[in-house]
Amino acid sequence: MYSIVGNHCTTCGTYYFPPRPVCPECRRKGHLEEHKFKGLGKVHTFAIVRQAPDDFKRQVPYIIAQVELDEGARLTAQIVNCDIDAVEIGMRVRACFRKITEFGPEGIIVYGYKFEPTMKVTGHK
Amino acid sequence: MTRRVAIVGVGISKFGELWEKNLRDITLEAGMYAIFDSQVSGKDIDAVCIGNMSAGRFTGQEHLGALAVDMGGLGHIPSYSVEAACASGGAAVRQAYMSILSGEHKVMLVLGCEKMSDVSQTEAMNTIGVASDWEWEGLFGATFPALYAFMARRHMHEYGTTEEQLAKVAVKNHANAVHNPWAQFQKAVSLDTVMTSGLLADPIRVLHSSPVSDGAAGLVMCSEDIAKKFTDTPVYIEASTQASDTLALHDRRDICTMDAVVISARDALKEIGATVDDIDVFELHDSFTISEITLTEDIGLCKKGEGGKILDEGLTQIGGKYPVNTSGGLKARGHPIGATGVAQVVELVLQLRGDAEKRQVDGAEKAMAVNIGGTGATSIVHVLGR
Ligand SMILES: [Zn+2]
Repeated sequence: MYSIVGNHCTTCGTYYFPPRPVCPECRRKGHLEEHKFKGLGKVHTFAIVRQAPDDFKRQVPYIIAQVELDEGARLTAQIVNCDIDAVEIGMRVRACFRKITEFGPEGIIVYGYKFEPTMKVTGHK
Repeated sequence: MTRRVAIVGVGISKFGELWEKNLRDITLEAGMYAIFDSQVSGKDIDAVCIGNMSAGRFTGQEHLGALAVDMGGLGHIPSYSVEAACASGGAAVRQAYMSILSGEHKVMLVLGCEKMSDVSQTEAMNTIGVASDWEWEGLFGATFPALYAFMARRHMHEYGTTEEQLAKVAVKNHANAVHNPWAQFQKAVSLDTVMTSGLLADPIRVLHSSPVSDGAAGLVMCSEDIAKKFTDTPVYIEASTQASDTLALHDRRDICTMDAVVISARDALKEIGATVDDIDVFELHDSFTISEITLTEDIGLCKKGEGGKILDEGLTQIGGKYPVNTSGGLKARGHPIGATGVAQVVELVLQLRGDAEKRQVDGAEKAMAVNIGGTGATSIVHVLGR
């Protein structure tokens, strides 16, 4: 979950993230290879979370989105470096490495991906 | 072989925040009502099936099947606990349906229950959250309201559905619940109140969301051939179907359509050779207002994208062409998770018997319940008839 590694079925051409043990299209005939996604995509839909569980309370309000990766798969992630008023469907985003949360009473730190607007940060389109 | 199973008794506890009662009390209450209603005697019941999502986390008690048999004084009969997140109640009904159809059991007590108010709001939220894909959604900060907000936002984007239309679902269902003595909120709300209620996850507001509830519901079910022994007004399960979809919302073909609902509803109608126009009254899983809109489309009451429009036209009100959630739905009757699917069937049985009083749909002969789990990863459909 640090880098966005999923898989690609070379039989039907579909990209999957998170990785799957079996291609749901081809099943046993499918051939899954590991694929590292470029981490570029666009916002498919989003919500502004204002009431969150304890692990996320300090971040409220935050943007959570479904991001559609350029290769085709979608995933769920936070959008950062972006005002809550500025996010919109179709906005181009790129993955960045972040702390996700401190987890449970032991405070285990979880790292992973969030996304940020491309234009603003890197000039990518 | 008979393809029908009869429902000969129904019972329900009051839904709401029941501080003075525990899980045993409310489950026993619903079960006893159902048994009294059916006139079966305890020794006729040869198995119990109970739907529940998470009593272990909410109340610290699991093994509810044995508990129900024990508290009901039903002796040594077998019991089954069924879990399918918010569809646990529907799953319990379906489990009993299959057990009776198979010939293994003849008369079953079906229960659904959840006691959610004993934990903090946050703990309740965490517990409900595990019905989504915890590892790939919850862990990243996607709350349950946020996942439904994803659907709402996309539905608005693709079809022009408005916040006002979302709010109208709540207004309609609260208006229906005024006439339901078991509802958590026997109270109407205005459009303005819904539209200015606090935001949980934009565009989902507090009054777009079903509440945290305690409650239980029960049914006595038996094979068709002996139903008349117990009641003059049996209601029959004419079809029971189930389908699954991806656990995570981001893996769906289209997040505005619940394919599991489309498939299970289509299969149920096909099984009895009917169309959706033959159904007189519906209980559709409105855990959030957007899900009622989506479900009206997915079962075929209108074309995709027109769920808001048929609401504006009043088609889904009592008295409309397709009355939806006469009980008040999850939104206003309350949503004690494991009880919901059973409570939907209780409402429809009352409708078909003509016992729904001020919320009665005139001359109702066929009814459909759609109970979904998580964000639609499980869908269970029951069609009932007189
Ligand atoms: Zn494949």
